[in-house]
Amino acid sequence: MSTDHAVEVRDLTRRFGDFVAVDRVSLNVETGQVFGFLGPNGAGKSTTIRMLCGLLLPSSGAGRVAGFEIMTESETIKRHIRYMSQKFSLYDDLSVEENIDFFAGIYNVPRARRRERKDWVLDMAGLADKRDSLTRSLAGGWKQRLALGCAVLHEPPILFLDEPTSGVDPLSRRQFWDLIAQMAQRGTTVFVTTHYMEEAEYCDELALISRGRMIARGKPAELKNAIPEDILEIRVERQSEALEQLEDSGLVKEVALFGDTLHAVVEDAEAASAAVGDFLAGRGLAATAVTRVRPSMEDVFVSLVELEDRRSREGAPA
Amino acid sequence: MKPRSFSWIRLWALVKKEFIHIVRDPRSLAMAFLMPLILLFLFGYAITMDIKTLKLAVYDQDKSAASRHYAEGFPASGYFSVVATAENYAGVRALLDEGRAHLALVIPPHFARDLEQGRSARVQVLADGSDANTATIALGYAEAVTGRFSAAQQDSKVELAVDNRLRVWYNPELKSRLFIIPGLIAVIMTAITALLTSLTVSREWESGTMEQLIATPVRPIELFLGKMAPYFVIGVLDVLFSVAMGVWVFDVPLRGSFLFLLGVTAMFLVGGLSLGIMVSTIAKSQLVASQLAMVVTFLPAFLLSGFLYSIDNMPRFLQAVTHVVQARYFVEVLKNIFLKASPPAFVAGDLVFLGLFAVAVFAVALGKFRKRLA
Repeated sequence: MSTDHAVEVRDLTRRFGDFVAVDRVSLNVETGQVFGFLGPNGAGKSTTIRMLCGLLLPSSGAGRVAGFEIMTESETIKRHIRYMSQKFSLYDDLSVEENIDFFAGIYNVPRARRRERKDWVLDMAGLADKRDSLTRSLAGGWKQRLALGCAVLHEPPILFLDEPTSGVDPLSRRQFWDLIAQMAQRGTTVFVTTHYMEEAEYCDELALISRGRMIARGKPAELKNAIPEDILEIRVERQSEALEQLEDSGLVKEVALFGDTLHAVVEDAEAASAAVGDFLAGRGLAATAVTRVRPSMEDVFVSLVELEDRRSREGAPA
Repeated sequence: MKPRSFSWIRLWALVKKEFIHIVRDPRSLAMAFLMPLILLFLFGYAITMDIKTLKLAVYDQDKSAASRHYAEGFPASGYFSVVATAENYAGVRALLDEGRAHLALVIPPHFARDLEQGRSARVQVLADGSDANTATIALGYAEAVTGRFSAAQQDSKVELAVDNRLRVWYNPELKSRLFIIPGLIAVIMTAITALLTSLTVSREWESGTMEQLIATPVRPIELFLGKMAPYFVIGVLDVLFSVAMGVWVFDVPLRGSFLFLLGVTAMFLVGGLSLGIMVSTIAKSQLVASQLAMVVTFLPAFLLSGFLYSIDNMPRFLQAVTHVVQARYFVEVLKNIFLKASPPAFVAGDLVFLGLFAVAVFAVALGKFRKRLA
């Protein structure tokens, strides 16, 4: 096994009774990368990350994290990684500083470095003037940055973040990703899950997961080119009506609401844009604009899930 | 850093954190200190097995000087007060039925004549057996009064073959609170200690912080010791306050060594707190954990510790069960320290079992705990 892989797993599977939460996931994460694990809620992201962190034993599969076997060396793995769970999990009744001190103790941060590291975390999280506040009283974004700070006190080689930006306001999310980028620059491998598709742009490498199965992986740019279809952005007044009409029109493979526009998946943007414009005009739903756009990660995801479904339908015995 | 080495730094971080949790939660803190004292106060007054004055009804069919003299011996003993006299059996029955009398004394006709002629006189004592404990004690007292009366009658004629003079050691007045209070402290503390720690692990599961903790290199033994440390301090203070209450409120003498008391308390607390931790690792919700803690501590401690019901009188099977009831040993040792002050060697067996219990329960809790989610 190569040593430049921080994470390297094959056919990782986890069942809960009859339910297969994670189905034969294989992936490599190179050292120093920001690796994004993307998928909707319930796709199996947390289950995967928990298996990698030694919190759940896989039902089958094998692999290494930080060079140690996930099946047998989970306690050793725990000394080389930091994990930030999905639920905010610092101690609410401890002050900011007490939480930092606690994790400094738990991770055996050398006494000589504690003060410096603590100041660094307080500064990084923007909490220098709130060090005595109870953690309970902090707003969501601050809490998340404090949790991240506690996780990286000792500059761990690998950092696992489970939905770190979930439920945090957009500006804080932005700041949080900046912090993640800083960690990576210092050489930390960051494995991060999210269900915000647009956050994929911040990652060096991505894996898309849906219903327990990994449906694609690659760099963000590669994934966007991975879908053969084109995406049309349609600006129209009565979107839901237009959506229904287009679904039955046979002109588009897929159509979905995208902000205040519609995104349609078509074979060939050139040919389809005129046809779609005419079609809508003919039904009294004149579109103000029909333009080809670069597929967003959400488009890619929707299209890949569709493809995967079709494959499994065809592959499955009748 | 060796992979599995115990870390004092981590333990200290955990201990500090637990202390902060406790002092930031004044309601739980108040409960931890007040609950044992309130329980001790309530139970201490409620459970008293001394019977002070028994209500006696007298149906004297003889109405002689001798029968009156005999009947007067009852109130004179200090254990009885004559609440009514009956004129027939129906009256006696009514008094017992209505609970107005615990005991009825029926003196037949010819009582005086029989005594004069040197024949043995017969009397009848009827007791309300619906409260068997009181009835037994009442009958014992009645027998004593009668015995004293016959002895006085015979005095002039024969000497008693055996002059039986009883002396009760350690508790000369047989005051039940003297042995109930030390036992009660042990029973209450058994329930309190397990309750204190039963919530600490399950609380972390509920709040999600446990998921974070078990992803760190922390070792279960560090986690458990860290959780037990602050409650150990509270437990020691609870026992000291309870003992103080026993001495100053309930007037129970503390005859044994205070240092020995502290040492035994420490042994007991390690076992009790470990039991709470064990419960907390099995039940991942606080509600279930606290209920389970009460069931596995309070009931056995109350019924099977020998605190109220003598273990020697239990069926064999139950006697065997009492060996795993931690309170049994603490009850025994505390009674000893309070009343007998015999040296620790006299309760060595109990001490060994207290120690074994602590080590075994801690080991089981450690064995049960997994640093995993499922």
